[in-house]
Amino acid sequence: MTALTIIGVTKSFGTTSVLEGIDLHVPAGSLTAVLGPSGCGKTTLLRLIAGFADPDAGAIAIGDQTVFAPGRSVPPQRRRVGYVAQEGALFPHLSVAANITFGLSRSARRAGERVPELLDLVGLDRRLATRFPHELSGGQQQRVALARALAPGPSVVLLDEPFSSLDAGLREGTRRAVVQALREISATAVLVTHDQAEALSLADQVAVMRQGRLIQLDAPAKLYRYPCDTGVAGFVGESVLLPADLRDGEAECALGVLPLRDSDDAAEASAQPRRGAVLIRPEQIRLHPFADAAGVGAQVADVSFFGHDAAVRLDLLPDGPRVTARVLGQDLPVPGELVRLTVTGDVLAYPADRMLGTPAVTS
Amino acid sequence: MRHAPVRPSPERAPRGVNGESPAVRFPDMKRMKRRTGTGRTERSYPPLMLAAAVSVSLIALIPLCFVVGYSASIGPTEAARLVFRPRTGELLWNTVRLAAGCVLLCAVIGVSAAWLVERSALPGLRVWNVLLVAPLAIPAFVNSFGWVSLMPGATGYGGALLIVTLSYFPLVYLPVAAALRGLDPALEESAHALGHSPWRTFLRVVLPQLRPALLGGSLLISLHLLAEFGALQMLRFPTFTTAIYDQYQSTFNGPAANMLAGVLVVLCLLLLLAELRLRGRARYARLGAGSARPSPRTRLGRGTAPVLLGLGVLIALALGVPLGSLGYWLTMGTSSAFPVGMLVTTTLTSVGLGAAGAILTTVIALPVAWLCVRRPGRLSVILERSTYFGNALPGIVVALALVTIAIRLTPALYQTTALLLTAYAILFLPRTMVNVRSALAQAPPVLEDVAHALGAGRSATFRRVTLRLIAPGLGAGTALVFIAIVTELTATLLLAPIGTHTLATQFWSHSDSIAYAASAPYAALMVLISAPATYLLTREARKGARA
Repeated sequence: MTALTIIGVTKSFGTTSVLEGIDLHVPAGSLTAVLGPSGCGKTTLLRLIAGFADPDAGAIAIGDQTVFAPGRSVPPQRRRVGYVAQEGALFPHLSVAANITFGLSRSARRAGERVPELLDLVGLDRRLATRFPHELSGGQQQRVALARALAPGPSVVLLDEPFSSLDAGLREGTRRAVVQALREISATAVLVTHDQAEALSLADQVAVMRQGRLIQLDAPAKLYRYPCDTGVAGFVGESVLLPADLRDGEAECALGVLPLRDSDDAAEASAQPRRGAVLIRPEQIRLHPFADAAGVGAQVADVSFFGHDAAVRLDLLPDGPRVTARVLGQDLPVPGELVRLTVTGDVLAYPADRMLGTPAVTS
Repeated sequence: MRHAPVRPSPERAPRGVNGESPAVRFPDMKRMKRRTGTGRTERSYPPLMLAAAVSVSLIALIPLCFVVGYSASIGPTEAARLVFRPRTGELLWNTVRLAAGCVLLCAVIGVSAAWLVERSALPGLRVWNVLLVAPLAIPAFVNSFGWVSLMPGATGYGGALLIVTLSYFPLVYLPVAAALRGLDPALEESAHALGHSPWRTFLRVVLPQLRPALLGGSLLISLHLLAEFGALQMLRFPTFTTAIYDQYQSTFNGPAANMLAGVLVVLCLLLLLAELRLRGRARYARLGAGSARPSPRTRLGRGTAPVLLGLGVLIALALGVPLGSLGYWLTMGTSSAFPVGMLVTTTLTSVGLGAAGAILTTVIALPVAWLCVRRPGRLSVILERSTYFGNALPGIVVALALVTIAIRLTPALYQTTALLLTAYAILFLPRTMVNVRSALAQAPPVLEDVAHALGAGRSATFRRVTLRLIAPGLGAGTALVFIAIVTELTATLLLAPIGTHTLATQFWSHSDSIAYAASAPYAALMVLISAPATYLLTREARKGARA
């Protein structure tokens, strides 16, 4: 498959600006997740790529073919994009096989050869070919929708929140099947989602959008370790933000003196110490018996047990901010218990100008 | 790459995971077709579709222009003299009270019957569904023939209201039942979960969703009544249409009749405005995951017997009386007197005209309905509304407009089947329009997007997706028009080429001279021909629900 490039795309509906200068490059054969809260413009971006609507300005290229430039636009049927809509949008009047072969030539449709192969690709039983959409589960409908999108051999596959309408049990399996199918044919894919876990676990790179702007584009691990501001930090994962004195390679905060992760901000802070905040992920915070010598004293406020692990909310002693720690599901403390906290690994520094909202604490 | 500030870090790649260059060349700009975004941006009108829709509404406006032009040509003083007469007030009062009463009764009967058939555990659902549509197979003038020939006293307002209600309630029942089938049961379940009783759920959730269908049906009935001629003439209940006919027929008083038609046009305009105001802006396409489940049915319990009795009485009055009466008159005439040859020719003529006219009407309704649903805006509303005028003008006015214009402008068309078919299309566009429009409203636009993304162009998408989804609606619309044409009387009387006799015209010429027994076989044949189309109508509706 081919790469997708978007340059300076803007779009507004009436006086409402929906996209403000989006630049995005999706390398050939990779899966990019566009992550953002609802209303951030991510679905609009996808519709512009598909050609269902035209941008106000900017350019879109699929491989070396420009599909949109001001005044010139390739209609969706000639863009060779595969589009998987939010709820599958299978044609209710067609069987699974007919849905899948919809985008193929007349003779290929009649032969129906690719149906078993595509059903295999998306991990569906071949016997489903004769079923009608309403006889399938939501997850099966989504897989058929993917098979249908892949059948004509598109240059780019666009997925618009394809898993959001599925229940948790189906969602995981469907996600895996979909991503596996995409990987198998090295598809270039753009996945729009508001689910950070989905974006981080499935994508090669994640584009974070906020209020019509693309604010960060990175590989999942990088995004998680280096969110560009505290807003993104809180959006891609749980975060504990503590006010801190940033100085040479370390930060002093309510949880003690912690080593700083290598970054430009850390470098600037070592040149000139300043006030700011540090980002600590809850899984970096360890609990120890109160009797231990090391660590900062804290009292357990409450515990949310998830089975595999648990989130423990703690109030730092004597009256410090509340922080969240993620601990394994065994030997959980009980509310009211006194413990000591240490932080493992390094923490990310934010100077004051990169903090959105209150710099105190989020959890 | 202006807006992607990324926290720099030692090992970070410039952009993209593989560090691929974002640079892109634009080598094929010259080969690209120049487009200004027509079609795909959701506010623009596809030019071909627009041209087709505009032509259709212009044709539909011919009779109106004729009436207006005629009125203008006789001057304002003369026009005022003809309009402001006590006679006009009398006709207005008769027409309005008949339409209001009939719409109200039909809405109650149609919605209750639709709910019973679609949502309750009524015994014999399929049979009831057929029986409730069956009155459409009996033309209103045959229905009143049935009542009047047996009970000569069934005249005046009461008789007229009873007979037109029995004839027209399926026009509400059909679209409402179809809408109920298309309704996502999750909406009702949500309402139950929010603590609404079934009755409150019906009022607050189901009824608002049925509003387009109910309003469409009511509008259709009102327009129908404004144009109804045969039945009311037979019941001696004077309305604008019968008065216009009498003016033409007895005194050939063109100006007077045309001015009455002008008042009718004003009434029609008021109806159109009312519906426009009432319909609101809500979207009625189903939102939600996957395909809709069938709805659970409400048990009637102790109510079953009274409900069955009520439906039975309704069917007895709407079907039993006219059919019984026809049967009576058929046995009264001796069978040897049946003019078999004449019956066969007129039957074939009626069927042929019906099929051709029905297909033509549905095909030309499509572009207008499509614009109205997919590009809602002032222009598409105007185009759609303009197609409604035909139904509000009496068939005789449409016919005379076409005759006059054909003689003056295109003499070659005068006395041709083409002109007759045009009249049918003008007259019956509104009937099929309601069906086509609600079918399109329930076909989700995202499916068209998906088809485009899969490489299907606009026409292929229409053929392979949209058309299939709306086929049940189109089928229903076509069947309605077919029945209407087979039983159409006034326009056919005037426009049929010399020597072309239809069942309706033969029936009328006999019953006019109170030869009840002689007219009965033609009426029976009309009912017989309409019956299969009526049955198909109910079956198509079922299939549409399943797909």
